[in-house]
Amino acid sequence: MRPLPPPDDAPQRVRVTSSRRAPAAPARRPLQTELDEQTTLGEVYVRGLMGAQFRLAASIIVVGVLGLGGLPLLFWIVPATRSLRVLDWPIAWLLVGVVIYPVTVGVAAYYVRRADRIEADFTEMVEQQS
Amino acid sequence: MSDQDFKAFAVVAILLVCAATLVVGAYGLRFSRTTSDFYVASRQVGPGRNASAISGEYLSAASFLGVAGLIYENGFDSLWFPVGYTAGYVVLLVLVAAPLRRSGAYTIPDFAEIRMQSTGVRRMSAALVVAIGWLYLLPQFQGAGLSLQSVTGWPTWVGTVIVVLVVVLGVAAGGMRSITLVQAMQYWLKLCALAIPAFVLLWLWKSQGAPGPQEVVGAGESLREWYEPLTRSTDEPLSLYSTYSTLMALCLGTMGLPHVLVRFYTNPDGPAARRTTTVVIGLIGMFYLFPPIYGVLGRVYLPLDGAEVAADQIVLQLPRAALPGLTGELLSAILAGGAFAAFLSTASGLVISIAGVIAQDVLRPTLQRVTAGDSGLIQSFRLATVIAVAVPVAAAVFTAPLGLARTVNLAFAIAASTLAPLLLLGVWWRRLSTTGAFAGLLVGGTLATIATIVTVVVRPENSWLATALSQPAAWCIPASFATSVIVSLLTPDRIPSGVSRTMARLHTPEGVELSSVR
Repeated sequence: MRPLPPPDDAPQRVRVTSSRRAPAAPARRPLQTELDEQTTLGEVYVRGLMGAQFRLAASIIVVGVLGLGGLPLLFWIVPATRSLRVLDWPIAWLLVGVVIYPVTVGVAAYYVRRADRIEADFTEMVEQQS
Repeated sequence: MSDQDFKAFAVVAILLVCAATLVVGAYGLRFSRTTSDFYVASRQVGPGRNASAISGEYLSAASFLGVAGLIYENGFDSLWFPVGYTAGYVVLLVLVAAPLRRSGAYTIPDFAEIRMQSTGVRRMSAALVVAIGWLYLLPQFQGAGLSLQSVTGWPTWVGTVIVVLVVVLGVAAGGMRSITLVQAMQYWLKLCALAIPAFVLLWLWKSQGAPGPQEVVGAGESLREWYEPLTRSTDEPLSLYSTYSTLMALCLGTMGLPHVLVRFYTNPDGPAARRTTTVVIGLIGMFYLFPPIYGVLGRVYLPLDGAEVAADQIVLQLPRAALPGLTGELLSAILAGGAFAAFLSTASGLVISIAGVIAQDVLRPTLQRVTAGDSGLIQSFRLATVIAVAVPVAAAVFTAPLGLARTVNLAFAIAASTLAPLLLLGVWWRRLSTTGAFAGLLVGGTLATIATIVTVVVRPENSWLATALSQPAAWCIPASFATSVIVSLLTPDRIPSGVSRTMARLHTPEGVELSSVR
């Protein structure tokens, strides 16, 4: 089969060259999308956030284990501490029955402040990148 | 002053508490319209009120009556119980509070499904929630009967029936919205009911020259054992093991209790969940300053030998013994009212969370099939409420009571060795596989349940084995964690596919808008 001859009113052939304009910048992907679409980049950010939160939580737990778990160990190893009295008040009862509660509240309040800070920093960073 | 008058005061106080519970519940009912209201109070409860409600629900009769009784019996070594109950909230705060709120789940089984994407894990955790809840409800119902008997001499079933009726009416009618208000009120009621008599008793004790316990009991070796840490048992390492095992069970068990977690879903967002928890720690810490006062003064005014007072009842009997006359009777009546507030609030919270699970996981699928989708959500919730109450009531009638705090601690131990590992690994460890989660629940649940049954039924004598079985947390928790981790590492192909997205959802702050997530 022979190719048909071009019709008379066919447009003139032109040469295609590169565009004169600079290439358009690729659309910026907001960081939210990266987090959202489980891209490697997004996962790196979430891992960073989780790591920071976990380190904070672990430090609180370690303090708790040392403080709370240390007392029975102290009573066991040094029997003299069991009946220690200051101004006729039994120290063991005061520590475990009273002092421990305000200390716990203080530790919890400290944790909440730090955790809120970590999240605020993360939110701010995501907004700047978007 | 006759016994009859005391009966009348106490009955009036208890009836007032029940009436207040129903009236405040009915007031909250006006706002309770949608299913979301029923389960999670539409998630619009501020930190202050929510914290009062959580504390009101958490401070059960085991705290109101049981802790003082244990200290009365065992002395210093029982001081760790209230400490553990409080420290459990710190563990919950730093490890799971905000992520759980962000998961957007209604119940623990919901969380299991969102995180593990497995119906098997969901069903297993639903069964555990119901079992733990029932074990926790049992002493509340039994305790109510025994307490009413202790103050009025009426048969034990009367108190149980009163608590059951008020709880079912409140929960089935109003759901979570009205219960939140009721429980917030009940926290303050319990605190005042415990604190006011405590101050009066302390003042009395001081004015009598602050007599020490030994002046009544008689000085000797037994008092030193009561007074000093770790001297209860002849075998000191055994005491040390008990202390640590109890602390582990309470610290990790709190997050696995069904009625505690369901409360966290009523916070508006993650930071609010954290703030609520901090306020809770303050509120319950304030409450726990008082039970030791009753335990110690109990040793002063209610001597062990010759007294026929069960340990769980010393809080109710102490003012009558210390202050014979009208004042003592009135104070005892106030305490009886407070104790009933404790029975009611904890039982309501437990029933609502058990009923939520039964309605969602058992009844709704069945009803859908039978009625072809005609049954409403709220109807199935109401039916589930009745089921949630019926089983522990039957158990309360047919089993001998084991003591408030002891039974509750077994529930803590089971929660700590099953649901706690699931929550902790689920929130923080990406490589947790479905098989691993399931195996952990199975191993932890089986070990803790066997230990519980042996302790309750066989009741072995003093030995290493007996202690290890009655305080199972120290070996059940590591066993459950180890099983989950090892099985997960062996089955990497069973890691849920959307784990990255779930982790982003659990840990990303609310300020970051994730379109696919919320």
